[in-house]
Amino acid sequence: MSGPIHIRKDETFTLNVGPQHPATHGVLRVKMEMDGEYIVKAETVLGYIHRMHELMGENRTYPQVLPNLSRLDYLGAMGYTHGHVLAIERAAGIEVPERAEYIRAIMVELNRISSHLFWFGAFVMDLGGFTPLMYAIQDREHILDLMEAVTGSRLTYCYFRFGGLYNDVDDDFINATRAVIPMLRKSLKKYDALVTGNIIFRKRLEDIGPISAEMCRKYGATGPVARGAGLDFDVRKNEPYSVYPEFDFDIPVYHECDSLARYKVRMDEMEQSLRIIEQGLDKLPDGPIMPKKKPKLIKPPVGDYYQAVETARGSFGIRIVSDGTKNAYRFKLRSPTYSNMSLFDEACEGMMIMDALAMMGSLDLVIPEIDR
Amino acid sequence: MGAYFSEIFLGLKSLAIGLGITFKEFFKPVVTVPYPYKTLKMSDRYRGHIELIENEDGKPKCVACGMCQRACPSGCISLASKSVEYEVEVKGEMKTKKKKVLTKYDLNFTTCSLCGQCVESCGFGAITFSKDYNLASFRKEDFHFDLLNRLKERNA
Repeated sequence: MSGPIHIRKDETFTLNVGPQHPATHGVLRVKMEMDGEYIVKAETVLGYIHRMHELMGENRTYPQVLPNLSRLDYLGAMGYTHGHVLAIERAAGIEVPERAEYIRAIMVELNRISSHLFWFGAFVMDLGGFTPLMYAIQDREHILDLMEAVTGSRLTYCYFRFGGLYNDVDDDFINATRAVIPMLRKSLKKYDALVTGNIIFRKRLEDIGPISAEMCRKYGATGPVARGAGLDFDVRKNEPYSVYPEFDFDIPVYHECDSLARYKVRMDEMEQSLRIIEQGLDKLPDGPIMPKKKPKLIKPPVGDYYQAVETARGSFGIRIVSDGTKNAYRFKLRSPTYSNMSLFDEACEGMMIMDALAMMGSLDLVIPEIDR
Repeated sequence: MGAYFSEIFLGLKSLAIGLGITFKEFFKPVVTVPYPYKTLKMSDRYRGHIELIENEDGKPKCVACGMCQRACPSGCISLASKSVEYEVEVKGEMKTKKKKVLTKYDLNFTTCSLCGQCVESCGFGAITFSKDYNLASFRKEDFHFDLLNRLKERNA
């Protein structure tokens, strides 16, 4: 690719992308120093919707923090609450019934698909194709309907409880989910033909937006970003939690390191999530969804607890330092998008602005989760 | 040279495939609902704002214990009660006893995050979720619900 034609080398200008810009998918600001259409230097400015979730976690009792976790990431909320309840259950020593664990896994995977579907639509829209967004939202709607019938809300679920679940799934849900799976498989094939093969789409992404494995290690990038750079890391496999060891699924890894690789990882992940849901529905045991013995007031013993889970965007970690009272002493959230975002500054240097925005789309940013 | 033409041919073919898919989609049934004229039924478990439940006499079931108030993460429930003396027959004798009667139950819906912990914490089954989602207003006072009043209006 040819570089910029310099008339005067010192002549650059500053371009503000955001805080309100459709390509940033939220209130993110990127200060770019531009040389024509080429980026010389970029600086991301965060904090526009910082809501102090960590401090809230320290000021409230443990159950009161539950609704906060789903406000981190409005597209894949289930995964974040999963991490939270797992951390507290480990800390307080609460046993979780098997049925509850299976339903949790099914719900998290359903949510992962709905999150990836929306990302797929938004990503293609970033590149200028509007139609796939409509198809993706239509498919996502089926999943949201399923989840609404069980959890009672559409995006910011507060479904998991310490030790179990808010309410049980019924046969309607199981049958409806079984019906949705082949439909989604058909849709994924449709997207493949409509988007993945499209020449314009491929020309915008192939060999563009390189994020190497070293860069991922340097910035702590996880999830599809790291897997698109050839790093075979998924918390579900590497540090298994919940009932994930019971399932048979693969971790898609691509070694191309470009934007298209990250796109392919997510598209393959949806297929794998469908497999997990199918197995989960087959294996779903009967039984209670809440443990018989559960402390009335949750007071984990003094200690330091950490739990990592794989959310739709990468590895989400939650660290709780307990001093034995009903509030946490320290409530630290390690959000995957924050790390994935931080490599953008280095990665986009020398790129054309449209390629950089395509790469930003492939990072799958959710700003409320960066700012927390 | 051959690669150049084959790329043009394959590119055009991929565009034609895409157009074929969108063309097929064109004849599929409409999935949207013309919202203000037609609305969907909410699912049974839909979590709207909370609502008081009445007993057989049309009075609220609530005993004003304040558990919901304590469970709420955002502090959006405020309730008040007064104690009322009433007579009850115990072993043939009339005795006066005291009980709490709810006088005020306010919900500040502007800060509610619809987590449902109030309903879970209620040991008397006195609150439930409404299926109301058509909430829009220019004034925030419209979201300070007086639930006791709403219950009366519902019964009237």
